[in-house]
Amino acid sequence: MSRSGIIEQERYTCAIGALQSVVAIPRAVPILHSGPGCGEMIAGFFERSTGYAGGPTSPCTNFSEKEVVFGGINRLREIIKNTYKVLDTDLQVVLTGCTAGIVGDDVDSLVSEFAREGKPIVSVETAGFKANNFESHSLVVNAIIDQYVSLFESENEVKSQKNTVNLIASIPYQDPFWKGNLAEYKRLLAGIGLKANVLFGPESGGVKEWQKIPAAQFNVLVSPWYGKPIADHLKEKYGQEYVWFPHIPIGANATEQFLNQVLEFALKEGAEIDEASARSFIEYESKAYYEEIDNLATFLLEFRYGLPNHAHILHDAGYVVGLSKFLLHEVGIIPKEQFVTDGTPEKYQEAIRADLRSTSDKREIPLYFEPDAGKAQEFLRKIHHSGRGLIIGSGWDKELAKEKGYDFLSAAIPSPYRLVLTTHYAGFTGGLRVIEDIYHLVLSTYA
Amino acid sequence: MSKVNLALPEVKIREIRINSITGYQGDAEELVKASRCGLKDRERSFSQCMGCGTSKAACMVTLIQDAAVISHGPVGCASCLHEFSFTYRVNAPLRNLQHPTPRHIFSTNLKEKDTVYGGNIKLANAIREVYERTKANAIFVLTTCAAGIIGDDVESVCNEAEDELGIPVVAVFCEGFRSKVWTTGFDAGYHAIARKLITKPRQRRKDIINVINFWGSDVFSEWFAPFGAKPNYITPYSTVNGLKYASEAAATVQACSTLGSYLGAVLEQEFGVPEIPAAPPYGIAQTDRWFRALGKILGKEDVAEQIIKEKKEKYLPKIEALREKLKGKTAYVTAGAAHGHALLDVLGELGMKAVGAAIFHHDPIYDSGREENDQLAQRVSDYGNVPNFNVCNKQEFELVNALNRLRPDVLLARHGGMTLWGAKLGIPSLLIGDEHYSMGYEGLVNYGERLLEVIENDEFVKNLSKHAINPYTKWWMEQKPDYFLRGGAVNE
Repeated sequence: MSRSGIIEQERYTCAIGALQSVVAIPRAVPILHSGPGCGEMIAGFFERSTGYAGGPTSPCTNFSEKEVVFGGINRLREIIKNTYKVLDTDLQVVLTGCTAGIVGDDVDSLVSEFAREGKPIVSVETAGFKANNFESHSLVVNAIIDQYVSLFESENEVKSQKNTVNLIASIPYQDPFWKGNLAEYKRLLAGIGLKANVLFGPESGGVKEWQKIPAAQFNVLVSPWYGKPIADHLKEKYGQEYVWFPHIPIGANATEQFLNQVLEFALKEGAEIDEASARSFIEYESKAYYEEIDNLATFLLEFRYGLPNHAHILHDAGYVVGLSKFLLHEVGIIPKEQFVTDGTPEKYQEAIRADLRSTSDKREIPLYFEPDAGKAQEFLRKIHHSGRGLIIGSGWDKELAKEKGYDFLSAAIPSPYRLVLTTHYAGFTGGLRVIEDIYHLVLSTYA
Repeated sequence: MSKVNLALPEVKIREIRINSITGYQGDAEELVKASRCGLKDRERSFSQCMGCGTSKAACMVTLIQDAAVISHGPVGCASCLHEFSFTYRVNAPLRNLQHPTPRHIFSTNLKEKDTVYGGNIKLANAIREVYERTKANAIFVLTTCAAGIIGDDVESVCNEAEDELGIPVVAVFCEGFRSKVWTTGFDAGYHAIARKLITKPRQRRKDIINVINFWGSDVFSEWFAPFGAKPNYITPYSTVNGLKYASEAAATVQACSTLGSYLGAVLEQEFGVPEIPAAPPYGIAQTDRWFRALGKILGKEDVAEQIIKEKKEKYLPKIEALREKLKGKTAYVTAGAAHGHALLDVLGELGMKAVGAAIFHHDPIYDSGREENDQLAQRVSDYGNVPNFNVCNKQEFELVNALNRLRPDVLLARHGGMTLWGAKLGIPSLLIGDEHYSMGYEGLVNYGERLLEVIENDEFVKNLSKHAINPYTKWWMEQKPDYFLRGGAVNE
């Protein structure tokens, strides 16, 4: 971390950035009680991400000097009331910006007035200075659980749906592969006999699915740290235990581990699972995966004109660990210095270090927690390893890769040099896709 | 009375300085008339996110080649600035920049405790660290809502750092809540540049003309060459030194009067560089006026006449052919103020019918105070009135409503996000990022050809419209577009 606490080339945004989590719920709309620029900043950060009614479509009080001085609560009342006239939505989530946070508007009371009238509306305090969006994603989800989902508890008796789980994994939009990853987790979990509420994106059932959160038998958390407050909250509120896999499972080793861990947990929780059929699903998927790797091995071993032999990753902790393990074991690219740019709170850092350390008995993979990516780049500028290098990072890193003569794979946001729709990096096939992406860009440098 | 006061750290906002408004529904002629005799703004009882001054200020200072930028606020207030880094790279070839350098963009990353104890020390340390890291020739500090409300003394911190480091450390006051007219952010950036970077002229140079613009292609080198001059582009791709001596130029021209209104006036009033008395050269009538005004200011009227003559010979037949093909087509325009007016000029010149416009704000008269620089007035007198003229503050719900009602043959947009709503309704939609693309005689040919192409290639939008997702209620689509404007259908 820099002395002054500055951040150069930011790769995450502030608390109100979790408005993207609302955008990711089908037919939900964020209503911003904030300055006029917040929605634009967030939409600009995430690019191509306005969804159903996010970005410039989101209703916003657009704080002016008047609201700063006199408070903006009446303005917010008016905006909410008129939102119902103009936009056709299933859930409204009011998020506050710095202005509302500092002037101290009582948004919760106002929003509860609308909720009492039967409107599906939730309020969350997301003043930018309070947290970053990795943290506030949990604030938003927990607020929806407490203020909206809880209204449907009587129709969705706690833990009444055997074999159903709530999945807490990729953060929408902050993880550029979130849509594809959630779909892949859902498919994999179905393969071992579990039905997953993924809650976000086209694979979710929108607010209807959210209403059923209490009924799930247990929960699955795939994350090094972000999202954990959601799993903890659900455990406390509905007594749902959770199984925790600490990084993104990419490729066969990690995905097998992930599925086996979930399977064993499910059996322990008393899920009605045909274990043999679950095991044979994992085996089938793994076999299909290795058939591809087997075919590819000649290329990986024999390509005579040069392939990357080492990689630096600048990403969130889940990807840094997941990709490092994958590259070392399943691709043969050596992970060198790695940078976690997600602002991981200190209390989680040691566990993440330990997870990465467990990758290999032979080598230490140097790991830095560095939200100030400009500083990470400065570090990379000064080190040298022999052979062809690869940087996996955000669009910011493209220039550095060019400077160093490295290959560059854009896999973190902001990502202006790459378009991602439903591609996924999680799972068996996700690993294959990572391989395709790396060697596509490497091979395209020839001739 | 001069509206410019460089002694004050903060620029006076547009609403107060030149009476700009963000809410109006009527026609263009009526608006031009009202602009001369007191124009009243109309407020909205429903609004969507509109964007703020901080990213507009950033847009002008981030693209200065050898400067660094610090956003003094929570990390979110700098989060869209990566877009300028991309722009800088992508458009560098248009300005013949052989080795574009990485952009230096920082956030002081204000946290909750900073809002309690203040962010002054954090900022002072940040400036030192940024200087060590970048060795920039100037550092800009952008203010944000949080920094503004907690009352950090950004001006003093910057002044002290400037003394310590020996480079300009420039406070730019562009908190989002300060103004409803986001263009005030440009003014804030220019005000800061004028206060801290531009120096008194050592001499008057006949061979330099300031061009206040964005990052469009370099058309001005060719246009100025017959006058024996070169463009000094301000501010994207400029250098700290180039800005310093903008005060020595022979004249200032604008690519967009909305953008450059303030800086043009500052250069004239404080540094003696005349701004040419003509709106930017969009459409033949205006292009001729523009070249003549430029010729007059440079004392080279004959050169101007010669250029006009040559261009007429070369381009009029092509323009005439395009007019034939575009005759009877209707168009709707959405853009910031002056460039929106420019697009309306282009449509008028090409013989198309402008059925309406959603313009983000309206400046009754620019900082220069010259009526010759009022492009909307020129548009109305050159090509006639524009009905359904909406000043909309980028409120897309009003745009959707108007488009649905008017169903033009084509939608022209200047800002990202707006073409989507035309396309969803099956209306061919065109956004051109390069503001120089439609300038002059050449521009009419460029634009006419693109318009034909867009109108012709409508299969994609027609298909999209069949499957488009629309979050707006049926009720809203049936209301008048000014329903939520004060004095409209509701007065809640």
